[in-house]
Amino acid sequence: MEAFEILWQTSFWVAAIRIASPLIFATMGELICERAGVLNLGIEGIMTAGAFAGWITVYAGGDLWTGVLVAALTGAAFGLLHGVLTVPLGLSQHVTGIGITLLATSLTYFTYRVALPEVTSPPKIEPFQPWAIPGLSEIPLVGPALFNQTPLTYLAYVVVAVVAWMLYRTPAGIAVRAVGENPAAVEAQGISVTMIRIGAVMAGSALMAIGGAFLTMSAFNSFFFEMINGRGWICIALVVFGSWRPGKALVGAILFAAFDAYQVRLQQVTGGVIPYQIFLMMPYVLSILALIAVARRATYPKALMVPYQKGER
Amino acid sequence: MRLEAKPAPGLAATLAYPLGAILATLLIASLLVLIAGASPFNVFWLVLKGAAGSQFALVETLTRATPLIFTGLAVAVAFRAKLWNIGAEAQLYIGAVMTVVLGTGAVAAPSLALIPLIMMCAMLAGALLLLGPAILKTRFGVDEVVTTLLLNFIVILFVSMLLEGPLKDPMGLGWPQSKRVVAEAQLPRLIQGKRLHFGFVIAIVSAVATWVILKKTVFGYEMRAVGHNAEAARFAGIPVNRVLMKTALLSGGLAALAGFSEVAGLKGNLTLDLSPGYGYTGIVVAMLAMLNPLGVIVAAIFVAGIFVGADAMSRSAGVPSYIAQVMVATALLTMVTAIMLSRFRIRWR
Repeated sequence: MEAFEILWQTSFWVAAIRIASPLIFATMGELICERAGVLNLGIEGIMTAGAFAGWITVYAGGDLWTGVLVAALTGAAFGLLHGVLTVPLGLSQHVTGIGITLLATSLTYFTYRVALPEVTSPPKIEPFQPWAIPGLSEIPLVGPALFNQTPLTYLAYVVVAVVAWMLYRTPAGIAVRAVGENPAAVEAQGISVTMIRIGAVMAGSALMAIGGAFLTMSAFNSFFFEMINGRGWICIALVVFGSWRPGKALVGAILFAAFDAYQVRLQQVTGGVIPYQIFLMMPYVLSILALIAVARRATYPKALMVPYQKGER
Repeated sequence: MRLEAKPAPGLAATLAYPLGAILATLLIASLLVLIAGASPFNVFWLVLKGAAGSQFALVETLTRATPLIFTGLAVAVAFRAKLWNIGAEAQLYIGAVMTVVLGTGAVAAPSLALIPLIMMCAMLAGALLLLGPAILKTRFGVDEVVTTLLLNFIVILFVSMLLEGPLKDPMGLGWPQSKRVVAEAQLPRLIQGKRLHFGFVIAIVSAVATWVILKKTVFGYEMRAVGHNAEAARFAGIPVNRVLMKTALLSGGLAALAGFSEVAGLKGNLTLDLSPGYGYTGIVVAMLAMLNPLGVIVAAIFVAGIFVGADAMSRSAGVPSYIAQVMVATALLTMVTAIMLSRFRIRWR
């Protein structure tokens, strides 16, 4: 069966890890926001803005890491806006988040047209190249997949470790988790709920933007309209699927990416008997099924989407 | 910093806050226009002229407002009950698919029978599409925001599949487009030779009907109660889940009418670019209208005017027409902020 042989192809596993990388960044970003009690539906637009900001920085002559930094700062700026509107002002997190997505996306497209009025096809940049880790990358199957990727992919795994360590082992991380569960208790400790929440949303949004930048600076070498294509929404599903834990969310992202890489190859194997749209639908259908599977035992952060007012009980 | 409830504002204050929001939006847009190297006054004048400066412009604005009234109503109804339907785009396309399935010759009947039949089936399709996420929400506790958003992508791929398969027009020179609907299934034009069609009238009637449902019926009262405080509503004996289901059916049905009216009234056939995001823009329309069905008419015409005006402006002034999307998104954020500020006072200590 050719369908099973795919699983033994090195290129399949390399692709799976590559596809997982932007999802890992953005899922960690959303996880931080939600752990602090703020749903961030700005994710899709923030990823778009990050993808553009990183790419245009490199196109304008900056180096790749400067591009990543600019993307992160762009994300943090939108995070600040989302944070200010939803935390101290207590606006609906749903409506504000959708508004942020619409704003970030349209601002990106507007800026693209202003910056590059004449181009018909978007210019290319020199993206991140794979770094083979000596020795480890020689291992069959796993080696090239895990140890011959671009530095941004390695960074994604570092981010998961750092997020997990921070959330569970540092005072700042514990404060973030606490404002998502019981903000009044945090305020009683003399810590500002508003500051912690806004800070968490900014940090999370910066990670989302780096996830977007991965697409233009590592996976591809150019910026296209609608290139995020629902990845942000999938990451929101991945956070629920990973029950708000970095490790589980990482596993979810890799499983999802493996499935995505698999459907592309299965499409070629089946040779056009099944309409290609069925395969393209699968990742979205899978996300919904995953949500249904975990819904019963999902333990949402208790204060998720509950605005906090000082002195209110 | 904390928020304090304010007494209900008078009429002047009620109007002042939305006007402030529009002013703030114009200021932010001016900044972008300056960055793009044009004069804000000139650009806004061109947008206004392009949206309402001639009979052609006005007709075009009302034509563009038609689908936005439907999607705006769909969102307003759902958000009233705090059912976060972000899937109006998908429901629109399903309504359009139904229109093409029934309207391209499958059913032979005179207009007066065929058009209501198609409308009802389109509404049913959209309603059932939203019923899925609503059931997942009430039965399994799956967040409807994510499911409706993901369904948008699934449905558009599904439409693409249909347009390259069973619904493909054999005479379409290979383009992924459906056959044209038969003459009996087409909505008449309101003005001879202009694009404005009877769908606009249906949209206005729908808005009034929705207003009556929301304000004058028990169901409307129950919807608002559920949206305000689901726990309290349940305690008061309101069947919350059943109300959410009914809300979903109404909301999905209204969004599907947008697809029906675009195909039967304007385009004549179904293509993958039938909607440039009308479902998402409907969220802005509903929020600008403060979820009031009659306000949706005004908000939809306002938003459509920005889009139509910006297209015209872009051709002459060279500022990218994406400025319209930026303005609409900014208006959404400034408007929700303004509504909040009209109800609460900020105390810094």
